[in-house]
Amino acid sequence: MKAFQLLTQAIALIVAVAAAPLFQGWVNKCRAWLQNRSAPGIWLPFHNIRKLFYKDAVIADGASPLFRGAPYLVFGAMVTAAAIIPSMGSALPLTAAADAIALVGLFATARVFLSLAAMDIGTGFGSLGARREMMIGFLAEPALLMIIFVASMISSTTALPAITENLAARHLALYPSLAFTAIAFTMVLLAENARIPIDNPTTHLELTMIHEAMLLEYSARHLALMEWAAALKLLNYACIGFALFIPWGIAAGAGGATALLAAIPVLGAKLAAAGAALALIETVSAKLRVFRAPEFLATAFLFAVLGLLVHLLLGA
Amino acid sequence: MTLDLQLLNMCAALLLLLSFAMLAQRRIVILVNLLAVQGAVLFAATLLLAWRTGEHHLYVSAALTLALKVIFLPWLLHRLIRRLEVYWDTETLLNITGTMLVGLLIVVFAFGLAQPISALANTATRSSIGIAVAVVLLSFLTMITRRKAMSQVVGFLSMENGLFFGAMSATYGMPMIVEFGVALDVLVAVLVLGVFFFQIREQFDSLDLHHLEALDERRSAGPPASRGAPPSSGRPPSEGHS
Repeated sequence: MKAFQLLTQAIALIVAVAAAPLFQGWVNKCRAWLQNRSAPGIWLPFHNIRKLFYKDAVIADGASPLFRGAPYLVFGAMVTAAAIIPSMGSALPLTAAADAIALVGLFATARVFLSLAAMDIGTGFGSLGARREMMIGFLAEPALLMIIFVASMISSTTALPAITENLAARHLALYPSLAFTAIAFTMVLLAENARIPIDNPTTHLELTMIHEAMLLEYSARHLALMEWAAALKLLNYACIGFALFIPWGIAAGAGGATALLAAIPVLGAKLAAAGAALALIETVSAKLRVFRAPEFLATAFLFAVLGLLVHLLLGA
Repeated sequence: MTLDLQLLNMCAALLLLLSFAMLAQRRIVILVNLLAVQGAVLFAATLLLAWRTGEHHLYVSAALTLALKVIFLPWLLHRLIRRLEVYWDTETLLNITGTMLVGLLIVVFAFGLAQPISALANTATRSSIGIAVAVVLLSFLTMITRRKAMSQVVGFLSMENGLFFGAMSATYGMPMIVEFGVALDVLVAVLVLGVFFFQIREQFDSLDLHHLEALDERRSAGPPASRGAPPSSGRPPSEGHS
């Protein structure tokens, strides 16, 4: 049983790390289709990352070890997060180490190092991006915590696999609280992953950019790791969303190997649908001014708190 | 929990959400549309409750809700907006984010307030009383934070929706005669307020109610053109009144 759990963990990790650039490629492809452009290949992010790994890294004068170390730290944090999110099976030995609240902390750690590295070089764009990232982060974090609290209150635990198993085992019913938190979660996902209403993931050298501004000074393997980490973050958020709001098809602890194998195509289908939905949201919405971002995230927080209150009042 | 109760709870949650949407909305046209949607949700809730409890008078009040709150009053308000040419209502007193956070506190307060009432009630929908109280208080907040007469009327109507929902969840609706009376009151109030809007604009050339705060004997005696407060909208001051 122990060996099986370790195998589950290893498969979940490998699939997550491999699927992240693929998922990003799929979102880009859907976006291009929706915008009537000829779509880039779904493997493009992979080729990009491979190309970057072959190049020689150029590092600015005066960069401290923090700047060199940050890509590994950020990538490591995202891989750790992928290890504790039940994306395919909930029998993950590593999840005992961290519950959903620690997961939010893990994302925060990655954000702190990313911002510090961006400020480390001392260019204007770097600190601009870092400040904006911290602003978005400190507004999005309470909303994300509230979302997790709602799911935790419904299933009375903060361990993500237990929440998933509990929610999947329930009778199919209308949960207004979960509907509200799902909307809040979508908004937080868009804000945290530098998606369109808040930030444009395809922009470079624009005054409105946030995430790309922090990566401007990176090159070669460091940039590859940073981009891979960003793709992995998007995948992690999508998997948290699946675990909380569409928990069906995730192999339970007692499911065995067949359930785990069956969970892989289910995850693929969910990711395909989520990627298309994400591309659709990004296509139909316009980018907000930076100063409207607090309003957007306050709305997300409001939805999450309303979900909590409605759950407390109606018990649903 | 049965499906109809789940749907009723969903309607209650939607009403609360719509109240927040109204609180956050800057445009008067969308505000009226939200009021119509709120009426529609209320209609659906009444119909569901009527079907669930088998009380016939609830069908009548559902029909009344549909006719008055979903169709007639929004139509009337849209017509007023067109005739008065007020499409924007940007002057909220607090900023939107602050208003919404105050709204959250109000919801917590309302839920606490409704706790003893729902403990006394014995209807299946008693847990939604808290939401009804919250809708009423949030509509109050909408009225307080707006300056323009139009959005205050929308807040007033939304408050009536909240009261209606509260009566429905606490006691399966008020007696028929009271319901008719309230419906008539609301209808007359909106008609009279519509006339009022024209009078207010005639006098002050704007629907901004803070002009009314400056009313006193000395100032109201003089002609409006010589008044300190300049007209805020583009229309020239109308003549034709003493």
